[in-house]
Amino acid sequence: MGEKKKKIIKTIKVDVDLCNGCRACEVICSAFHAEPKYSSNNPARSRIRVIRDPLKDVYVPVYAGEYTASECMGRDKYTIDGKEYDECAFCRASCPSRDLFKEPDSGLPLKCDMCESDPDLEEPLCVQWCITDALTYEEREEEVEEELEQEEMEIGLEALADKFGLDKIMDTVARMSVKD
Amino acid sequence: MRYAETGFNLEIDLTRGNIERVETDPRDTELYLGGLGTNAKILWDRVPPEVEPFSPDNLLIFSAGLLCGTPATGCNRTIVSTISPQTELMAFSMMGGFWAPELKYAGYDKVVLRGKSPNLIYLWINNDKVEIRDASHLQGKGAIETAELIQDELNEPKAQVAAIGLAGENRVYFASIEQGRSSASRLGVGAVMGDKGIKAIAVRGTKDINVAQPAEFMELCNEVLEYIKFRNENPIPGVMTILQGLGSPQEMATHDEKWHTENFMWGNSRVRRRDFWNEEIAKEWKETMESMQTRLISCYNCPMKCGATITPTGQPTYMMKCFSKLTYTMAAMSDLEFGFKIAGLAQEYGVDGYSTPQVMAFALELYENGILTDDDFPGMPSDNEGRFYWLLDRIVRREGIGDVLANGTYWAAKEIGKGAKEYAHNTIKKHEQLPLKLSMLNPVYFLMYSTGEKINITQIEGQFPQAPYPKREHREAFVKDWFQVPDEKFKQYFLDWEPRGENSNPYYPTVQMSCDIVDWQERMHYIDDALGMCSGLSSFPLKPPYHMHNYPKFISAGAGIEMDEDKLTQAAKRYRTLVRAINIRRGMRRADEKPPEDHWKKRFPELEKELLDTYYKFKGWNNDGIPAKESLHELGLDYVAEDFVQRGILTDSEDAPSKETSAETEKK
Repeated sequence: MGEKKKKIIKTIKVDVDLCNGCRACEVICSAFHAEPKYSSNNPARSRIRVIRDPLKDVYVPVYAGEYTASECMGRDKYTIDGKEYDECAFCRASCPSRDLFKEPDSGLPLKCDMCESDPDLEEPLCVQWCITDALTYEEREEEVEEELEQEEMEIGLEALADKFGLDKIMDTVARMSVKD
Repeated sequence: MRYAETGFNLEIDLTRGNIERVETDPRDTELYLGGLGTNAKILWDRVPPEVEPFSPDNLLIFSAGLLCGTPATGCNRTIVSTISPQTELMAFSMMGGFWAPELKYAGYDKVVLRGKSPNLIYLWINNDKVEIRDASHLQGKGAIETAELIQDELNEPKAQVAAIGLAGENRVYFASIEQGRSSASRLGVGAVMGDKGIKAIAVRGTKDINVAQPAEFMELCNEVLEYIKFRNENPIPGVMTILQGLGSPQEMATHDEKWHTENFMWGNSRVRRRDFWNEEIAKEWKETMESMQTRLISCYNCPMKCGATITPTGQPTYMMKCFSKLTYTMAAMSDLEFGFKIAGLAQEYGVDGYSTPQVMAFALELYENGILTDDDFPGMPSDNEGRFYWLLDRIVRREGIGDVLANGTYWAAKEIGKGAKEYAHNTIKKHEQLPLKLSMLNPVYFLMYSTGEKINITQIEGQFPQAPYPKREHREAFVKDWFQVPDEKFKQYFLDWEPRGENSNPYYPTVQMSCDIVDWQERMHYIDDALGMCSGLSSFPLKPPYHMHNYPKFISAGAGIEMDEDKLTQAAKRYRTLVRAINIRRGMRRADEKPPEDHWKKRFPELEKELLDTYYKFKGWNNDGIPAKESLHELGLDYVAEDFVQRGILTDSEDAPSKETSAETEKK
């Protein structure tokens, strides 16, 4: 077990009641992450998307989170304040069930990095560009238990295990060692 | 590589069902910028004056502005251009919303439509894949309903849809194109869309839009955003609430309607109700607004919340913008609840929120005065509001008297005869105007009403205060941080403008000053319309974030076209003149350029003549309003001059005054 350590948690607070649905967050996110920086923009590449259904008054800014190889077994629906939301409206995953959070050309997953840059930005740009304050930024300190650092090969193997299962990897390793 | 623009147009021949992706000439972008500018060039080149609005040879162009799809805040407008069935002149109605940026991301700057489809269709533009799809199942559906049905059947909730309702299908002369949050409403662009057999255009795009100088461009964008924040926190003192801030007039956020209800005219632009507003009404209307409104909403990439989602009791939700809040209410002499209810219906039918209520009030005025009789209104309810619903239904279906009224007050009066003309009293160039009747002639507004070719006052006014401030110290305070002026002289014009006395309307601002002021105001609108910028952040409000000094930089850094203030002024003048040339070629003359007779009570024929004479000269037009050869040459529009000479509009030797004709007399 690792030791306790202090860590800054970067938090974007989302107030869906204040969202005006303009998607400025998508514009600036995709511009910031363009190569070279700001040279282009394309909301389809954005790591934040506003899930919107104006006539039903649904406006949910969602950030790209982890990639997931498989979609959920079923779908749930939430009703909040009389409005029905698809469960996916709150989900951050780049997942096979939808085209959200994937590079439109390659299909590679996208993930919010809180506008990581050198020097650090004061706030992520989506927050800076949301002057209606649906998005605000907060940093808070949390004590977390630090995990033991994995070795590089272990990380790689874990990904393979996720994809093919541990048995298959062991089979393959066994087969490869026989060949040698 | 092309910057800001994609460099490609979609050319669609609806008669043959042919679709082509055509590369555009970057030199045209440099000369005419984009949006309205390049639309005008296409219409000049490809639609000769003989072409009737409902001819297959008329074009219907949906264009994104040059900077749409870049991160420039508020740059989201679609400029729809065609020949208007109502004015028979060039129409360039615009809509905000989300459609234009989506078109850019799909890889196109414009959709140019020609011919006519034999059946009702819709277009599905999905990046490189463009389809003409059957829309027979959408026939008669509401415009908003259509958008939802299309998103469902394409399984693409992110598609942006511009659609017409029943009014467009039936070629109502004031039919709009609706796009959820926004609409291109004026001058009957929806009728042309219906005539071409297009129910809707759905777009989805996932490509990049590039800018030429990323760091410079972002700095400009950030400055604009900072200034918007500043202006939101610092409303302008001394003017009415709706003019204090940025954006379209904040009708959805404003409860106090004293000014509109007591200064604008009710009914068929007839009755002024000076003591209308009281506490009781204020309370009632506030309750209506609060019970029906769910959220204030914006267009693409814009923090201003100029629209709102409205759910009238027992009716589907719709998105309302700006002044349609009051147009139906006031035409029917009714209340806000009625206004919200009928506006929702009208939006599904797809009709213009200015013309429609006025046409209905006009019909009822004819009825009250015996020009139209019970025979014309079989089955019409007897209650006032019921009549408006009944009339709206007849008009969008073109049934009975509705078929006549569907052509607008000008054409309807002509058809009805029996002195009906006197009741079609509020049009300019055959198009219904804001219901505003005033006392003292204002020289600046006289020129704008007369010569504006967008034919709506809100689409030419702005920047310069509408009225003088009573005290000099207030005027001094106003000009202190007025850096948007293109020239320092405008500050002096305003400083010396008094409510009464020598320096007041109608002789002040002087004729020359009036020319300068109108020219500046109009120029900003034309630049917005080429770039795709919402006038709510630029040409319309006082002290906007976009202005003559930062626009050239936006164009340089965004589109990579070397630009400065002179070059931009020249470009705007070029396509502004081209718009006029198109209209002149279609018969528009000086005789057509006049505000409604009763717009002001106090008129000054001599002064008005001097104003128009001087302004024409100032613009480089001859005394009949025709751009002169010399000024056409200066603008690189020799091809226009040649055409004018060939058609006998100008003579070969000089800028001769051509014979006194007008669209009005020619089209008898």
